[in-house]
Amino acid sequence: MSFFLNPELWALTVTVSVPLIYASLGGMFSERGGVVNIAMEGMMLMSAFVSVAFAYASHNAWIGLLAGVASGAAMSLLFAWATLKLQADQVVVGMAINLLALGLTGYFLDAFYGYNGTPISTPSLPTWHLNVLSHLPVLGPALAQENVLTYLLIPTLLGAQYALFRTPWGLRLRSMGEKPEAGRSAGLSVLRYRLSGVLLSGILSGIAGAYLSIGVLNSFNVDMTAGRGYIALAAMIFGNWKPKGALMASLIFGFLSAASIQLQGSIIPSDIVLMVPYLLTVVAVAGIVGRTTPPAADGIPYQEESL
Amino acid sequence: MKKWALSALKPLLTVVLGLIVSGLIGQLTGYPASAVMSALWLGSVGTVTNFASTLVIFIPLSLTALGIAIAFRAGLFNIGAEGQYWMGAIAATWVGAMGGAWPPGVHLLAVILAAIVAGGLYAMIPGLLKAYRGAHEVITTMMLSYAAVEFGHYLIEKGPLMLPGAIPESPAIAQSATLPILVPTTELSAGIFLALGAILIAAWLMTRTRLGFEITLLGKNPKATRLAGVSAPKLTVISMVIAGAFAGLAGGVQISGVSHQLMDSFANQYGFTAIVVALLARNNPWGIIPSAFLFAALQSGAGYMQMNANIPAQMAYVIQGAIVFMVAADRMFDWAWIRFRKGRWGQMPPSETPAIAHEEVSL
Amino acid sequence: MAQLEVVGVSKRFGNLRANDNISFSVRGGEVLAVLGENGAGKSTLMKIVSGFLRPDSGRVAVDGQTIPIGDPQAAIRAGIGMIHQHFMLIPRMTVMENLILGREPRTRLGSIDTRQAKQEVEDLSKRFGLHVDPNSPVESLSVGEQQRVEILKAFYRGAKILILDEPTALLTPQETDRLFGSIREFARQGLSVVFISHKLDEVMKISERVMVVRAGQLVDTVDTGQTDAFSLARMMVGRDVDLGASRTTSGLGNVVLTVDHLESQLSKGQPLLGPISFTLRHGEILGVAGVEGNGQQELAELLAGIRLPSSGTILLDDKRVDSLPIRRRLESDIAYVPADRQGEGLVLDLKIWENFILRDYYRPPFRKGLGIDVKVAKARTQAAVDAFDIRPNNIDLPSRALSGGNQQKLLLAREMSRNPRIMIVSQPTRGLDVGAIEYVHHQLMSLAQTGTAIVLISLELDELMKLSDRIMVLFRGQIQGIVARPEFRRDAIGLWMTGQKGQEVRQ
Repeated sequence: MSFFLNPELWALTVTVSVPLIYASLGGMFSERGGVVNIAMEGMMLMSAFVSVAFAYASHNAWIGLLAGVASGAAMSLLFAWATLKLQADQVVVGMAINLLALGLTGYFLDAFYGYNGTPISTPSLPTWHLNVLSHLPVLGPALAQENVLTYLLIPTLLGAQYALFRTPWGLRLRSMGEKPEAGRSAGLSVLRYRLSGVLLSGILSGIAGAYLSIGVLNSFNVDMTAGRGYIALAAMIFGNWKPKGALMASLIFGFLSAASIQLQGSIIPSDIVLMVPYLLTVVAVAGIVGRTTPPAADGIPYQEESL
Repeated sequence: MKKWALSALKPLLTVVLGLIVSGLIGQLTGYPASAVMSALWLGSVGTVTNFASTLVIFIPLSLTALGIAIAFRAGLFNIGAEGQYWMGAIAATWVGAMGGAWPPGVHLLAVILAAIVAGGLYAMIPGLLKAYRGAHEVITTMMLSYAAVEFGHYLIEKGPLMLPGAIPESPAIAQSATLPILVPTTELSAGIFLALGAILIAAWLMTRTRLGFEITLLGKNPKATRLAGVSAPKLTVISMVIAGAFAGLAGGVQISGVSHQLMDSFANQYGFTAIVVALLARNNPWGIIPSAFLFAALQSGAGYMQMNANIPAQMAYVIQGAIVFMVAADRMFDWAWIRFRKGRWGQMPPSETPAIAHEEVSL
Repeated sequence: MAQLEVVGVSKRFGNLRANDNISFSVRGGEVLAVLGENGAGKSTLMKIVSGFLRPDSGRVAVDGQTIPIGDPQAAIRAGIGMIHQHFMLIPRMTVMENLILGREPRTRLGSIDTRQAKQEVEDLSKRFGLHVDPNSPVESLSVGEQQRVEILKAFYRGAKILILDEPTALLTPQETDRLFGSIREFARQGLSVVFISHKLDEVMKISERVMVVRAGQLVDTVDTGQTDAFSLARMMVGRDVDLGASRTTSGLGNVVLTVDHLESQLSKGQPLLGPISFTLRHGEILGVAGVEGNGQQELAELLAGIRLPSSGTILLDDKRVDSLPIRRRLESDIAYVPADRQGEGLVLDLKIWENFILRDYYRPPFRKGLGIDVKVAKARTQAAVDAFDIRPNNIDLPSRALSGGNQQKLLLAREMSRNPRIMIVSQPTRGLDVGAIEYVHHQLMSLAQTGTAIVLISLELDELMKLSDRIMVLFRGQIQGIVARPEFRRDAIGLWMTGQKGQEVRQ
């Protein structure tokens, strides 16, 4: 019981979950538009590196964040060009993006900063203190002192829910993921809406990457994302392609990660705890307990007729 | 004729372009392209030792790539071959380190068989889920792959394969379970014959057997396959099991021939690089020989480059990524060609199957 | 004033004249029926009118204004609303979301004005008497309700001219009646309605004028009140052809296939086919006629084992085969040439010889150890390719390299070489040129000569009348009538096909 009452556990849960939530929201926008996006890993990684590089060079973490997000967006545009315009296989191109990001960031890290890694004088994004919340039991410390990007999550989540289900744009995006022919027959450009979904996934993955490098830390190391992009993908699937679901799944997966870290040194095997998110996702897609349903046209390239 | 020549040239072209990209990046960051290229060359095939280390990487890459290629032939994207590779390695380590007195050769055989069976069984899960529950194999194999890695970590950190000490690792396998080393002072083992043998078997399976014929059918046209009286679900499971068996074998050979114990670094992301190998080989078992060799050379050359020329080894991933990208988006060559011919930014040509073609059928 | 005017529209697909200089017009408040057999060119014409296809020549005008051709948006803006046979609806979205997609009312904040949207939808459904719950997901609606949504969608986008392509194909009789009520209401409110159909009774019931199309050409336009079903049928299918050149029935053998109360149901208990019963004799060709989608495909799949019946039996000689899986049926010497030859019959990426052995690669003479006896396979294929004059005759080419006619020849060659006792052939000449059609006909007749019993499913009445010993007409999954060779009468069969009861000539 004391294990669950430990504020550190909950603080860690929030820290681990935040990038997952951002990235899984991004993946959700992409897939709601019908584009399977496993490239979030690479977009995150690229942004994590670029954020540090620009934050250090400009002595301003905000400029770092902006540059990181821009790099995530740029990766997503490359992804969109190949998958939408050239109709390349979305999974394979996603893998290529991930490899490119892994190689480029690792290479530039070494080439620019050498052995010592990114400079310790790199600024990081500010942490806000909300003293009102600090008196809450157990969860207080986790919520009262968080990085600005954690608080930014609240409007982002609300905005995502609103944009996807309340705006014309959201309706159109979802129609492209369900049945692009219907959108097309309503006179809409399938590629344009799919592109907007992919671009959003790049931007949100960019924020997630920046959070890892200049949010919780102020440094970058090789393969820093370490598969978080894939866990975010899993969270999005487990959350049934919905903002609330992505949030809940990311929190569950984040909690499991945090718990496994807390459990290190104890008798409970932490690695087994880390297996749970993956197995849960497999169970969910197989429909063994409560089947999740992807958008009907998810992953299917669309050829815009040249009428 | 022209078109045929172009399609044969594409893989070669992608490799050359990938190298050019890396040379450019090197040049821009202060490492002359010539230094990059010569280090890569020297580090991969320049000396007997380096050549041997290229072959050492060739073994797991080619074996895992076979597992991916066969699944691809059946229309399945086994993106999580890494997990089957881990499971093979885990089984091999367990059998190799279980002790007991084994007649000569039998222990080695048991290790290899255990790896094959473990990989095959692990791949059977996504196969079954795909065949009978419709779960997409990209997601299930990927998730199961991460789960397998975590499981491996557990075994060597706190589980039954843990060797007490600070570093998470398993006990070493018995001498009787190791593959003989071919070139002294290198890690090149008789595993190379297993790899070449496996390629031979895979090629035979795919081109000479009825099962291979059925797998190809399934990948090309599941509907017509069903109408020919073949059970598609059963075949889906079988294809995944075979694919996993090859990936598992790769893990077993790596344990038995190179690392001799399970530890975190033994996998080295071979499972993912192998996807690239299979793609470049266009899922042809014979094509895997040059393709796996190329990427093995790239990896071993990159390691050498880092050590001797101080050029970051991550360059290898950049080249790989660029190659995968170009292989996947191979329409970019047509796109570029049209731009080049027109000399201006025009519209993409309509695809081979314009909307009008469908009208004709539904008339 | 004519609301819609179509002048001199022509469209070719390769050698096929889908539309040949067709002109017509529809006035406001009028229901015009476009009548014709499958493949007569009705759908092509309407796709041109609604901008989905670009004609080779001709023009389309609304209220005297010529609209840009080949532009669906322009057609919608001009007030042309097309209701496709296959709905353009998103199953997982609500009725309202489907309706407003692409033209959403917005609040000042830029979000969807749900209240306004609902109001507009309700107004429209009230005005036209098309009632659906705007909040229910489309996937929970019946086909008739989905059609209402599709029509509402056209009105939402401002349609003044409504084109309905085979709107009753998937409807129950009650739903059809309801649709007709709606159509009369639209006309009463001054809208123009184009009603495309091949069902005579419906055309007689709903339209003011009928335009008959055959083989891409306009036959005539007549006032519905001035004509009757019989003359329309005659116009639709053409004059009786000379049957002299066709097959003469030789002495038929024993009964080889007995189908008894065979039935196949959708999950909802809606029968797709049957219960139906018939028999087939050695050397007989049983033609199955009917308008597309009346159970022919289900019948073929039931016989071939691709679909299992919900009840009833199939006897091959005296052996029950109705629950045998596909491979066992193939081994029982049942052959099947599916209508979708590229999607189901052949594997286009495989070589010609590999396609030739597709159904028998696992058994002698092609079986060899764990593999395939390539030498035997290639020799047999080469012999068949030469015998059937398949070109190009290089059997190592992928079958994709063959023309449609040669692909069909390859399929026939494969199935015939299996020496089947029963052969099910579906749409064997669809999309082929005249020479290939002749060839296929010749092969089928000689196959029957050797004693094989053939179930020939075709939408081409001429073809059936030329080849069959008996013709069985399917309508809504039921046998509407069976008629034997000397009694073939085009008009009677045509009436059966359109659901009219004729005199029963069952046997």
